[in-house]
Amino acid sequence: MSEMRFTEDHEWVRIEGDVATIGITEYAQDQLGDIVFIDLPESGAEFAQGDDAAVIESVKAASDIYAPVSGEVGEVNEALDVEPATVNQDAEGEGWLFTLTISDPGELDNLMDADAYKAFVAKL
Amino acid sequence: MDRTPLQTLEQHDDFISRHIGPRDSDIQAMLDTIGVESLDALIVRAVPSGLRSDTPLDLPPARREDDVLAELRAMAGQNTVLRSMIGMGYYDCFTPGVILRNVLENPGWYTAYTPYQPEISQGRLEALLNFQTMVMDLTGMEMANASLLDEATAAAEAMTLCRRVGKKKSDSFFVSDACHTQTIDVLRTRAAPLGISLIVGDVRTDLADADPFGILLQYPASDGAVEDYADVVATAHDAGALVTVAADLLALTLLTPPGEWDADVVVGSAQRFGVPMGCGGPHAAFLATREAYRRSIPGRLVGVSIDMAGRPALRLALQTREQHIRREKATSNICTAQVLLAVMAGLYAVYHGPERLETIARRVHRLTSVAAAGLRGLGFDMANDSWFDTLCVRAPGAASSLLTKARTEGYNFRQIDDGTLGLSFDETTTTDDIAAVLRIFGGDGSVGETDTGVEDDAIPSALRRTSPFLTHPVFNSYHSETEMLRYLKRLQDKDIALDRSMIPLGSCTMKLNATTEMAPVTWPEFGRIHPFAPDDQLVGYRTLIEGLEVMLCRATGFDAVSFQPNAGSQGEYAGLLVIRAYHESRGEGGRDICLIPSSAHGTNPASAVMAGLKVVVVDCDDHGNIDVDDLKAKAETHADALAALMVTYPSTHGVFEEPIRDICAIVHDNGGQVYLDGANLNAMLGVCYPADFGADVSHMNLHKTFCIPHGGGGPGMGPIGVQAHLAPFLPSHHTQPMADEAVGAIAAAPWGSPSILTISWAYIAMMGGNGLRRATELAILNANYIAHRLNPYFPVLYTGPGGLVAHECIVDLRRLEGDISIDDVAKRLVDFGIHAPTMSFPVADTLMIEPTESESKTEIDRFCDAMIAVHGEIARVESGALDREDNPLRNAPHTLEDVVNDSWAHAYSREEAAFPSAATRENKYWPPVGRIDQVYGDRNFVCACPPLDAYRDAAD
Ligand SMILES: Cc1ncc(COP(=O)(O)O)c(C=O)c1O
Repeated sequence: MSEMRFTEDHEWVRIEGDVATIGITEYAQDQLGDIVFIDLPESGAEFAQGDDAAVIESVKAASDIYAPVSGEVGEVNEALDVEPATVNQDAEGEGWLFTLTISDPGELDNLMDADAYKAFVAKL
Repeated sequence: MDRTPLQTLEQHDDFISRHIGPRDSDIQAMLDTIGVESLDALIVRAVPSGLRSDTPLDLPPARREDDVLAELRAMAGQNTVLRSMIGMGYYDCFTPGVILRNVLENPGWYTAYTPYQPEISQGRLEALLNFQTMVMDLTGMEMANASLLDEATAAAEAMTLCRRVGKKKSDSFFVSDACHTQTIDVLRTRAAPLGISLIVGDVRTDLADADPFGILLQYPASDGAVEDYADVVATAHDAGALVTVAADLLALTLLTPPGEWDADVVVGSAQRFGVPMGCGGPHAAFLATREAYRRSIPGRLVGVSIDMAGRPALRLALQTREQHIRREKATSNICTAQVLLAVMAGLYAVYHGPERLETIARRVHRLTSVAAAGLRGLGFDMANDSWFDTLCVRAPGAASSLLTKARTEGYNFRQIDDGTLGLSFDETTTTDDIAAVLRIFGGDGSVGETDTGVEDDAIPSALRRTSPFLTHPVFNSYHSETEMLRYLKRLQDKDIALDRSMIPLGSCTMKLNATTEMAPVTWPEFGRIHPFAPDDQLVGYRTLIEGLEVMLCRATGFDAVSFQPNAGSQGEYAGLLVIRAYHESRGEGGRDICLIPSSAHGTNPASAVMAGLKVVVVDCDDHGNIDVDDLKAKAETHADALAALMVTYPSTHGVFEEPIRDICAIVHDNGGQVYLDGANLNAMLGVCYPADFGADVSHMNLHKTFCIPHGGGGPGMGPIGVQAHLAPFLPSHHTQPMADEAVGAIAAAPWGSPSILTISWAYIAMMGGNGLRRATELAILNANYIAHRLNPYFPVLYTGPGGLVAHECIVDLRRLEGDISIDDVAKRLVDFGIHAPTMSFPVADTLMIEPTESESKTEIDRFCDAMIAVHGEIARVESGALDREDNPLRNAPHTLEDVVNDSWAHAYSREEAAFPSAATRENKYWPPVGRIDQVYGDRNFVCACPPLDAYRDAAD
């Protein structure tokens, strides 16, 4: 069973065991507009919660993607190098960015569940 | 009988009303619109009383154009123009007449702005793409930018590029001691605040121990040697270091390009491609690298994309690297670069083409070899046994006397040390020069053998270029002057510059660049001077620079000025280093926090990071003003580490913030210094003095307030003014006496780009104290007039005291209905023949409008009428009278090809598309391309001239 969590920076985190898959939300991709480039971390890189982990660029903006939890990068969605627009088309599916092996499951408690995120976006 | 006094008839202040747009008769009508009775009352209401100064500007009265030109002629006459053989990256050259007159002396080119609105900038974008292609071809690299400020800062940018992209974990950067002195000096300055340790040494012996993340080589070396660095590159790469090569473009027509021996970055100056030395500048530098590093490259990059109809179209690419988007995370702080000079260098290559460039290089090389043979015949030998254009002549014990003798004969040599002289030859060298040089060394005036046996052996055979270059048709089609003239005209006609329309870009101050101000720039007495020529030859320049320093000090209240910075961004960097050095001198070197309001220009945070400071952002309140409580809290929290506040005044929101004195005091009370971004000085001259209300240091963009033209994105000058306590720390230069405490060189040349200082000097002299105050009043009047006319349609976002704005205003487009975006508005203005205002800076989805004092009421009304007409169109989209998708806003701009096309399928008429106002019927600007697809270009990146097929395919 997987569980979804969200951050205030509009990232989603899908948790399966000790692996977290990370992407940006539909709301975030809509705000960014046409994405032209994604700078992904290297497999094996280690991040603490809140570290800059990736950058998503549209023509007019560059947004940092922060590690939603601490951990080591596992897989990276390399298909995005060639087709960054996948994130626009399917932000919460094929447009995933990378996975992390979670080092401190306690940090997940700081994140929002789907309902809380929905309420958070509604207020923006 | 006419009793008018002669003094009046002489019209000494004639220029003031030439510079200023509105006629006296217009001014009252404009004041009435605003609801203020007089200009004085306007200033009293707009400028906070605590700041306003009653002291008139302490400058001489206005002078006539002919009078000022005569004085500049006299100054020029005080310079001594010797034949320069100093080399070191600066060479005399011929500016082809067709480029001199039709580009450098042509307002169609020099008054344009940076091509952020690409649809009206295709001409200069093409010229810049030529520049990039030329650099790529000559260096053998995959991509090149356009452009940087000088070779030395380009080398510094390469150093930080290597640190960003390299894999090597090291903090040292190795610089070959064969690099130009000024480059090494600037690298030293730039490395220190970033924690990079700079190691200068011999690449053959010292590299192994250094274990650096990157190295810098000079090719050919500063002393002239042409060395094969292939083994050095291999060793460096094996150790994980990246290799930057500072190279000479003319030499590269004959030498194997660094790209072919695996260099990672190539930098250099394009000066000798037709740009006068000008005692240091302006000229363009370049940076070329691997395509893999394209997202890390500093500076502007022209890329190829397509427009709505699929036509190839150019625009600035990958802008998310740059300071205006990425701020403190930008790849560099560079903003104003050296566009006009890059355009000239690219066009020099277009005009000459590959064969003639190679011929020029061969001739320079031949003359160098002839000189070498002659010198050997006279018993001198060379420290370098390989060369392109520079000889390093051994003259033990005689160097000084030969140097002196050369000067009396009209030649400047470079003294390398007691026993060595450097001699560099260039495009302008003649056989008579060689004879004269040989005479100086004791020859009898004969030149010796010029044709056989003197040439090839000086370039090692492994380094002779075999690869073709400049093969694109653009470099092979315009070699007759007629064809070249028409090519230039064609490019120019694609663009909007000040010769066509007002350019109401907020924060850019696009005022008149008067012809008289421009004339001296191309006088040879200012142009053909090497920046390291001895002081006694620079008397005219000294008079100019010292005179301008006094003028700027009086205008701002500062005590001293450094002219080294070549742009505002570089002034910011220099000013922050000065502040750091000051803290250091008081034992407070640990101060490293820089407060910057959220509304600041992107260069501010980018410069702070380069100066080794940590940026702390200060909030703005709902009125757009600095949140003083937040500032106070942050200043107090960081009181032990506070280095500086960077503040723009009047604010980037276009208002005079009342509490600026308090803001400065809070910073001082907490141990910090105040850096004032002087981009908006045009709102203050003669009305208030930045040094009075608390600024410690400030840059003055001479290319805004003081009339240096923008050149399509440079040249610029960003001298910094300082209070007396900071004067000892102003940047030094190896050619000048140095104060012990001075920060190092921040630019290659001691006074930045002196040849364009003539422009600012002439402006101030012709306006006088009264004229400058008058200009300020009119700049404020024009901005408020626009604010009042547009407010009912597009609300003015922020106003200051008295409900007035300063010299610019921001209008709000955030609540546009009917899916109309700010882009639609900007592009629709093109159909009206008007350049859009600044978009989305400093507030997203707003337009910032700065008319300057030079725009007449007629032109301002044309602009306002167009804006109001666009508002009407938006209303029609809202009401359904125009289609939500297929309307003239969404499809703007409309090309001639679009509107005459047999199949017009839009829901509005061709006439509405092309002639939206009466003014356009008399004077129509046709954009050469339609709306450009930015996304396509960034996803499919190309930065070289596209093959001609691309254009043909689009036409089919
Ligand atoms: C407010 C402000 N600060 C700084 C700069 C940077 O100046 P420059 O382009 O000369 O580097 C600009 C120029 O565009 C500006 O508008």
